[in-house]
Amino acid sequence: MTRQKRSHHKLKRAVAPYLYLSPSLLIIGLLMLLPMVTVIGYSFQNSAVLRRDPSFAGLKHYQAIFDDPVFWASLWHTLYFTCMSVIFHMTIGMAFALMLNSDRINPTLRNILRVLYILPWLFTAVIIAVIWRLLLEPNGVVNSILMQISIIGSKVEWFSSPETALHAVTFANIWAGYPLFMVSLLAGLQGIPKDFYEAADIDGAKAYQKLIFITIPQLMPIIISISLLDFIWTMQVFPLVWITTGGGPIYSTEVLSTYTYKLAFSSYNLSQASASAVVILLISLGLTLFYIRYQKAR
Amino acid sequence: MRKRHTPKDRLITVALHVALAAGLFFAAFPIYWMLSSSFKSNTEIFALPPTILPKAFTLEAYAAILGDPVKLRFFFNSYFVAGAVTVLTVLIALLAAYGFSRFNFRGKGSLNTIIISTQTIPPITLLIPFFGLVVSYGIFDTYVALILTYLVFTLPYAILLMTGYLNTLPRDLDEAVAVDGGTSWTALWRVIVPISLPGIVATSVYTFLLCWNEFLFALTLTKSTSMRTVPIGIQLLMGQHAFEWNQMMAMSVLGSLPLLLIYLVAQRYFLAGMTAGSVK
Repeated sequence: MTRQKRSHHKLKRAVAPYLYLSPSLLIIGLLMLLPMVTVIGYSFQNSAVLRRDPSFAGLKHYQAIFDDPVFWASLWHTLYFTCMSVIFHMTIGMAFALMLNSDRINPTLRNILRVLYILPWLFTAVIIAVIWRLLLEPNGVVNSILMQISIIGSKVEWFSSPETALHAVTFANIWAGYPLFMVSLLAGLQGIPKDFYEAADIDGAKAYQKLIFITIPQLMPIIISISLLDFIWTMQVFPLVWITTGGGPIYSTEVLSTYTYKLAFSSYNLSQASASAVVILLISLGLTLFYIRYQKAR
Repeated sequence: MRKRHTPKDRLITVALHVALAAGLFFAAFPIYWMLSSSFKSNTEIFALPPTILPKAFTLEAYAAILGDPVKLRFFFNSYFVAGAVTVLTVLIALLAAYGFSRFNFRGKGSLNTIIISTQTIPPITLLIPFFGLVVSYGIFDTYVALILTYLVFTLPYAILLMTGYLNTLPRDLDEAVAVDGGTSWTALWRVIVPISLPGIVATSVYTFLLCWNEFLFALTLTKSTSMRTVPIGIQLLMGQHAFEWNQMMAMSVLGSLPLLLIYLVAQRYFLAGMTAGSVK
C-alpha cells in the first residue's frame, strides 16, 4: 500500500464509527435530549405550548406544585406503590426461583411450572388492569370467594373505596411484575458453583444456613441491580392506575404520572405540568446515576 | 449427602408441592379467569356462585370483536406501528452496535453511558414536549407521530442488546474481509448480519413487545378512532358499552396473542431480550 492509500484508509477507519452511529445519535439527540431541554424551558414559561410568545415565569410553577397538597399525596402514593411492589416482586420472585430450583421436583413439572409462573409478565398493563377490574368487581369472583370462606362479611368495593384502592392497585402490580425477578434469580441460581454447596454439606450446614451464607450473598449483585431497575420503572407507572382507578377516588391513588397527565391534558396547564415532569425527571436521574455507579463498580 | 425417604424429608417434599400449587393458583388464576370469561355470556360472568367453567360456552364475544371493522382497525394499527418500529429499530440499532463493537473512537465511553441512562427517562417527562412538537409539525393523530416516538424508547436498549451480541462474535471474521480489501460496510452485510440472526431476533422481539404494550403516547398523540391501537381500544370499549365484560376479555385475549405466541415459539429469544440488560 502506498502512504497516501494507507492514510486514506486510516481516515476511513476514524470516521466510520461516527457514520454508523449517526442515525442513532440523531434520533436520540433530536427526540430525547432536545425534548428534555424543551420541557425544562416550558416549566419556566407562562402558558407554555398554548401561546406563541410565552412570558418568563421564573419558579412560579415549581412553587405552585410544591404548594399543592395533591402533589405531595401523589408523591407519597408513588413511593408506597413502588416500595411495596419492589419488595414483593423480590420476595415472590425469590420464593418461586428457589422452589423451581429445588431438586425435589421432577424436571418435567419444573419446566411446565416455569412457563406458567412467567405468564403474568406476558400481559400488557392495560390488560392487567382490565383483568383485575373484573376480578375485584363488587360482584366479582374475589369477593365471592372471600365471602364464602368468611374473610370478609360484605362486598368490598376494592377499587372505588379510598381505604382499599391504593392497596388493590399495588396488589395488581405485584402480581404483574414478579417474573422479572424470578427469571433473573433463576438464571443466577444456576450460575452458583455446585462445590460451594458440597463444601457446606461436608461441614454439616443446614438448609437455611446454606441459603443465608451461600445463596443470598451470591445472588446479591442481581438482587440489587434488578431492584434499582424495578424501582425506576415502577415509579413511572401510568396505564395500570389510569385504567383501574384513574387516580381516584378522591385522589387516593393519584401517582406522580397521573397527577402530571391531568395537569397537562385535563386542566391544560402545560407549564405547571412541565414543572411536575421536571421534578419526576430529577428523581429518576438521581436513581439512574446511582444505578450506573453501581453497575460500574461491579 | 442428603438422605432421602425419612419421614421429615417426605414432609418437606409434600410442603414444597403444596407451595408450588399455591403459587400456580396465584400466577395463573387471573389469566384463566380472563380466558374463561371471554367464552361466557355477559350475564353468566356475574352469576352467583361464579361458574369456573363456562356453563353455556359461547363465542359471541369473539364474534362481536372480529365482526366490528372499528376494532379490527385497532389491531391493524397495533401490528402496523409495532412492525414498522421493529424494522427501523433493528436496522438503526444494528449500525450503531456495529460501530460500538468493532471500532475504538473518542467519546465511546460517554456515549455508552448516555445510551444506558436514556433507558430510564420517564415517558411522562417526554410526553409534554412531544405533544408540543407533534402538534407544531402537523403530525398529530398520524402513524408517523407514533413511530417516531416509539423509536426513541426502543433504540437505547436495542443498541445495548445488539452490541452485547456482536461482542460475542469473533473479530477475525470481519478482519478476514478487510484483508481481502473489503470495507467495514461489506464486512457488516456479508459476514456479520448472516450470523447475527439470534441477536436480531431477540432485539425484534423486545422492540415489538414494547410497541405493542405502549399506552401513554398512543393515548395522547392520537385522537380519531381509526388511529387508535389495541390498548386504547380496550380502554374505549370500557367506556362506551356499559361494561360488556365478555367482549373486553375477548379483546384482551386477542390482544395478548402476539405476546403469547412469541413467547411459546421463541422462548429463548424472549427471555434474552427481556433480561439481558438487567442481568449483565
